[in-house]
Amino acid sequence: MKAQSVVPPPRGGDLVKRHRLSTRIWHWINAVTLVVLLMSGLMIFNAHPHLYWGQYGANFDASWLDIGATRSGEGFVRIGPLRFGTTGVLGIWTDPEGVTRARAFPWWATIPSGYSLADARIWHLAFAWVLALGLLAYMLWSLINGHLRRDIHIHRREWKPAHIWHDVKQHARLRFPTGEAALKYNVLQKLSYAGVMFVLIPLMIVTGLAMSPGTDAWAPIVTEAFGGRQSARSVHFICAWLLVAFFIVHIVMVVLAGPINEVRSMITGRYRLPREKAEDA
Amino acid sequence: MTQRKILTRRGLIHGAALGTGGLLLSGCDKLYSQPGFRATLESAEQWHQATQRWLGGGALAREYAPSDMSPVFRANGNRSVADPSYRQHFDQAFERWVLTVDGLVRQPLALPLSMLRTMPQRTQITRHDCVEGWSAIGKWEGPQLKHVLDMAGLGEKARYIVFHCADSFGAARYYESIDLADAYHPQTILAWRLNDRPLDEAHGAPIRARIERQLGYKHAKYVMRIEAVESLDGVYGGKGGFWEDSSGYAWYAGI
Repeated sequence: MKAQSVVPPPRGGDLVKRHRLSTRIWHWINAVTLVVLLMSGLMIFNAHPHLYWGQYGANFDASWLDIGATRSGEGFVRIGPLRFGTTGVLGIWTDPEGVTRARAFPWWATIPSGYSLADARIWHLAFAWVLALGLLAYMLWSLINGHLRRDIHIHRREWKPAHIWHDVKQHARLRFPTGEAALKYNVLQKLSYAGVMFVLIPLMIVTGLAMSPGTDAWAPIVTEAFGGRQSARSVHFICAWLLVAFFIVHIVMVVLAGPINEVRSMITGRYRLPREKAEDA
Repeated sequence: MTQRKILTRRGLIHGAALGTGGLLLSGCDKLYSQPGFRATLESAEQWHQATQRWLGGGALAREYAPSDMSPVFRANGNRSVADPSYRQHFDQAFERWVLTVDGLVRQPLALPLSMLRTMPQRTQITRHDCVEGWSAIGKWEGPQLKHVLDMAGLGEKARYIVFHCADSFGAARYYESIDLADAYHPQTILAWRLNDRPLDEAHGAPIRARIERQLGYKHAKYVMRIEAVESLDGVYGGKGGFWEDSSGYAWYAGI
């Protein structure tokens, strides 16, 4: 305690330790895993490109989302009463060999790139283990090493609407913290990281299990919690896109905040604190 | 100004998706073509089977109320059978048809449909989950497979039950197989009735296996013969089912 008070606080321009090894390992394993799961999941969706609410749902039942192509060769996405033309991207598209394919998601968005439900399931159900066990290990380790308490825990003062609104405004103006303040996550970062770790990824795992007829036998509550297997399948799909939305915002923020410094901090753990700018007149 | 922004953003996202997607895909497809990598991914199936069996034990699949049933029960896979002998039996309303039970059993059987219909029956309203993603809820009725196996007296070496079917994809006969945990599960029945009507051809007449804790392709239709075996190695392509042999679908389809 005494020794700490002697050390001057880090200042803008200093190279500081930012991310723990566990965070860096989980981050990159997760990055690969989520991309594989998304792309193989889109291929699995291609096998039956309709979503329903409730216990059952097949071709004769009312769906809330369809991706398909009309007889005249027009690709479309229908969400409830809304219908969008998506020719060339969704529903109908051309593969690298120049063959027109009438499938929901195109070759460049799926694993494998050519239609195969069986292969997509092999990818998806193997990486599902990596996601679930990785999350479990990281959660436990972050609890033990204090990462959750120190870095993710949102303090009472941060929950105040005024504080959150202030952060939103700062983000919108692309004013990011500098100096020592940049060492800590701001409330929007905390909210998004906690949201991914404690809400979205767990929801992906649970809704995935809810679709398993094996799991439904011994833990019907999992499926029932979502209102049935087809509802769970819909929630699985929606959460996958919320993770994509997180990914896009995440990448944009990294680019805006200084991609080299940010990526380095997630590889080596070292981060150069942004310099305090001279106050504008 | 706004338009330019939107175009840039869309272009950026599309470009990024195409770029990473293209790179990743060629890499993924290449990786997957290596037998060792694919085998590693496929080994997850054993983990799923082990954990599901460990956590699930002999749990029953959920049964529903009549009001939960799908208005129309979708038929998938083969919806008709070309086999001449099957056609003849179909035209005769399966009156002279028998279900063969053989392999590692003490007493091979030839069970007429009338007998399967008069044995103790189990009726269950269950959800059928297709590997493609859709589900349909229907009411199935038929004798439990375990009764039939007990009648035949399962040999000590028997480990798997193989369903030989009348339908084919091209030259390949459909078949499926399950282990004894599923074979003796109370909900594993040889259904001859769906939604209070004898099975029609599209749904697998005269009988269809119901393996309620697994995906639809395990529920073999047009079952002609039930064989008890020690290993799946010598059976057709050796992977335990038509889709397993032809496309690499998982033998354990509980997930």
